[in-house]
Amino acid sequence: MDTTKITKLFGRELTIINMGLETFADNLKDQKKTVLQMDWRPPAGGNEKMIALLKKLGK
Amino acid sequence: MKINIEEANKKAVSIILKAKPVITGISTAGNVIPEMRKNLILHSGPPVTWENMCGPMRGAVIGGLIYEGMAENQEAAEKLAGSGEIAFDSCHHHNTVGPMAGIVTWSMPVWIVENKAFGNKAYCTLNEGLGKVLRYGAFSREVISRLEWMADELAPILNQALSAYGELDMKSLITQALQMGDEGHNRNRAGTSLFIREMAPHLVSLDVNREKIRKVLEFLNSNDHFFLNLTMPSCKCTMDPAANIEGSSVIVAMARNGTEFGIRISGLGDQWFTGPSGVVDGLYLPGFKGEDSARDIGDSVITETGGIGGFTMAGAPAIVKFVGGSAKDAVRFTQQMYEITLAENDAYQIPTLDFRGTPTAIDLIKVVDTNILPVINTGIAHREPGVGMIGAGLVEPPKNCFHDALDAFVKKYT
Repeated sequence: MDTTKITKLFGRELTIINMGLETFADNLKDQKKTVLQMDWRPPAGGNEKMIALLKKLGK
Repeated sequence: MKINIEEANKKAVSIILKAKPVITGISTAGNVIPEMRKNLILHSGPPVTWENMCGPMRGAVIGGLIYEGMAENQEAAEKLAGSGEIAFDSCHHHNTVGPMAGIVTWSMPVWIVENKAFGNKAYCTLNEGLGKVLRYGAFSREVISRLEWMADELAPILNQALSAYGELDMKSLITQALQMGDEGHNRNRAGTSLFIREMAPHLVSLDVNREKIRKVLEFLNSNDHFFLNLTMPSCKCTMDPAANIEGSSVIVAMARNGTEFGIRISGLGDQWFTGPSGVVDGLYLPGFKGEDSARDIGDSVITETGGIGGFTMAGAPAIVKFVGGSAKDAVRFTQQMYEITLAENDAYQIPTLDFRGTPTAIDLIKVVDTNILPVINTGIAHREPGVGMIGAGLVEPPKNCFHDALDAFVKKYT
């Protein structure tokens, strides 16, 4: 596997978007990294029955 | 899909925003509440039997029967309440709302609030104050005597002053109170003050014994929650015309009886979707603690349903001294409520959010989709009958009632 691109990416100053647990973003902030926390949560809290019902409503 | 939900919800929102609640007067429950009768007791929340009532609601029923002269003491009242001779029904089934236990009996005075935009009315008893009061389940002689004074002097005197004043515009008063640090559920100091300001000139002009008028003004001034029993029927008569719109997923009622929490959805008729009442996380009066508390109770959550109360806590930072949390939390709660509502109110605004309209018209679909539950602030009653208020706090409704409602909604409309 060619990892050149990934290695190159991490060699630069990163701007990071974090989805999900905010503590990951907090850890990065502690390391003085630029991080944006995206306000996202799984639909219906991940409840599969509710996700299926919402789909029927076109959500 | 059998119906256009978006269009149905637009109609519901338009009805809610057009509402114009005004106080038209005070009468007795028996005179004005539809289908009220002497052996009927109304209570808060979805329907509940005497056997399943929580302690404070039982206490308030006992007090109501003593107040009506139907029982002499606790023992006789409990026997009568369980005999089958007394019928119980939800306030909501009679265009009525009641805070905490929400007990309404035949001869109790009630506010009449009319939604001038649609002609419908809502009713609510007069607020007794905090502490040892009927709505928190207390029924001592002191509680009954206060209720008797309210019926014999407070209500008739206020009604005379109102007759001289004319119709009192509640939309205007709530709008002003929200600009002054109230949220209309557990912070009503500004609203109560505005009410006194409007009424005072008419009260002192009445041909009534001055000592009686002094007592009325003193009572109003000592009771910061007096305005609650006016915001509640205002929200009730605002939401009622938005009920029964085919295809609408707007939540038109939320209410709790201390045993169950229930919601009604516009497009699903009169059906209640219920789950167990939550445990309130709050601040307690000296001498009381969490294990003393009853579960979440009362129709006052009609304020949140109508887009004020807990939904506008960002504009009422002082409330956290009463219900707990921080001013920052209050802002966060309000901001979250925009994610589960369909509109921003064009009259009710939050000064601390740059006068943004309050989050209005809770959408069942958004609640389930975002997994964000409506935020509710509330008083806390002692779990045993006869004690009264022991604190105030915040509470979440049970998730399952929203899930069950969505299930029914999808079954009906897809």
